[in-house]
Amino acid sequence: MVDLSIDLGKGLRLANPVMTASGTFGYGLEFADVVDLNRLGAIIVKGTTLNPRQGNPYPRMAETPSGMLNAVGLQNKGVDYFISEIYPKIKDLESPLIVNVSGSQPEDYAEVCRRLSSLERVKAVEINISCPNVKQGGMAFGTTCSGAEKVTSAARESWDRHLIVKLSPNVTDITEIARAVEATGADSVSLVNTFLGMAIDVERRRPVLSTVTGGLSGPCIRPIAVRMVWQTAKSVKIPVIGLGGIMDGRDALEFLMAGASAVEIGTANFVNPSATEDVIDEISEYCNRHGIESLSELRI
Amino acid sequence: MKYLLDFKLSETRPTQAGDAMLVLEPLDKEKGAAALAEARPGQFVNIQVLQSHGTFLRRPISICDADAEQGLLFLYVKDAGAATHCLCNAREGDVFSILLPLGNGFSFDETYSDALLIAGGVGIAPMLLLAKKMNEAGLSPSMLIGAVNKDRLILTEELSSVGNLYISTDDGTSGEKGFVSQHSVLCRDWKHILCCGPLPMMKGIAAIAKERGIDCQVSLENVMACGLGACLCCVEDTADKGNVCVCKEGPVFNINRLKW
Repeated sequence: MVDLSIDLGKGLRLANPVMTASGTFGYGLEFADVVDLNRLGAIIVKGTTLNPRQGNPYPRMAETPSGMLNAVGLQNKGVDYFISEIYPKIKDLESPLIVNVSGSQPEDYAEVCRRLSSLERVKAVEINISCPNVKQGGMAFGTTCSGAEKVTSAARESWDRHLIVKLSPNVTDITEIARAVEATGADSVSLVNTFLGMAIDVERRRPVLSTVTGGLSGPCIRPIAVRMVWQTAKSVKIPVIGLGGIMDGRDALEFLMAGASAVEIGTANFVNPSATEDVIDEISEYCNRHGIESLSELRI
Repeated sequence: MKYLLDFKLSETRPTQAGDAMLVLEPLDKEKGAAALAEARPGQFVNIQVLQSHGTFLRRPISICDADAEQGLLFLYVKDAGAATHCLCNAREGDVFSILLPLGNGFSFDETYSDALLIAGGVGIAPMLLLAKKMNEAGLSPSMLIGAVNKDRLILTEELSSVGNLYISTDDGTSGEKGFVSQHSVLCRDWKHILCCGPLPMMKGIAAIAKERGIDCQVSLENVMACGLGACLCCVEDTADKGNVCVCKEGPVFNINRLKW
């Protein structure tokens, strides 16, 4: 039997490499009827900010060929709501919890991390410097090395457990940003967040999304994401977490072979609500079929 | 409880309007019966249409009828796009992954004897289960349905058997001529309105209900992805809580909550 466990360092040990991508799995509870939440490598909960956010106006979503555009805009009830109302409901799950953190200035990220520090079961934060759907902060931090460094070091100062930085693909060279956050204290990087895209309703001659542009996700972005994971894994020493259009075990294996130590399942959760468990089973079946005993053997 | 189950298409009943009534059987009879027994009127399913190339997301379809004893799910599908076209033309034996039952449906209790169900177009579909459940609660609901013309009216026979049916058509080919909002039956002293149909129709009915102080529920159909309240795509800006997911807090809302 293959050992699917993976140690990403600084206390973040996963029973298997399959995590949920932030913003696609709610707080896990939304999927409790159809997924065994205790089986997941980790649950990364939706983007959390210092203050509550209403997000962008409807319409926020456009279906596209092999994917979708979203412009949710980090709607959430704020970190204090998460601590008082959500955490008590999920803290006893066996899967480690990871909170995705977003903000409009570096101090916001630091403050959210500081408040989360009291939650023992939150084994890591994922610093989101790559949301394309907010006017301030978000992707603006993730598209320059200096912006990425500022946020990473601010979060690092108030968070001593595992710190993941989620990178934007909307850059010329993602490896530069990855190296910058590695040098500033990131324990791992996750990539890729969504690609900036746009859809037009030709009958109405208007953009589909209220925000005009949005983030493209789904299998349409997968080959680009695999390429970026491949390049990044060769450029940094810290673990790389791969995501971008993984629909099944085969897709996840592509990322693991490209150099990812773990993966996140995002948009697939909308299409197949049990995608996360299916991916775990399919990776396991593949490894058994090929006589692979450890995930590290997968890397090409 | 929500279920993710495979259903086999056992029959497609052609309808007068050129759409299709899908009769689906769960492959897992036991879980299927449990899911169907939990289905409430106004709830919906999220169905995967793998047969439709280019259709990436599931499609939310309201539950027209759910028979737990016979183990049958009835979905009324309007042939409106690539995915629904595939559903309307699916072959007997085709299997579909269905997530159900989703959302919060219509609310009523045994005191709703002065309730009028109003529906238009494909919005008539969920009224069948609603009327049947009201029958089970000892009520004989009054229903007002509307369509462009008599050929677009759906489920008239089925609805007539479970309550009093009033009809309006835009061209007067059946029932009263005009929109449902202009029908004479609306002038009676209703205490509740339960409504499902095109947005302009529901807004018109909501305006009448507000003016006359009638309690009114409407069923929204904002574009959605997950159906579980996770993707936050289908939000409606409510008066009490701001943006909420139509799939989870709705699709049925009391108009008091809406900024209409």
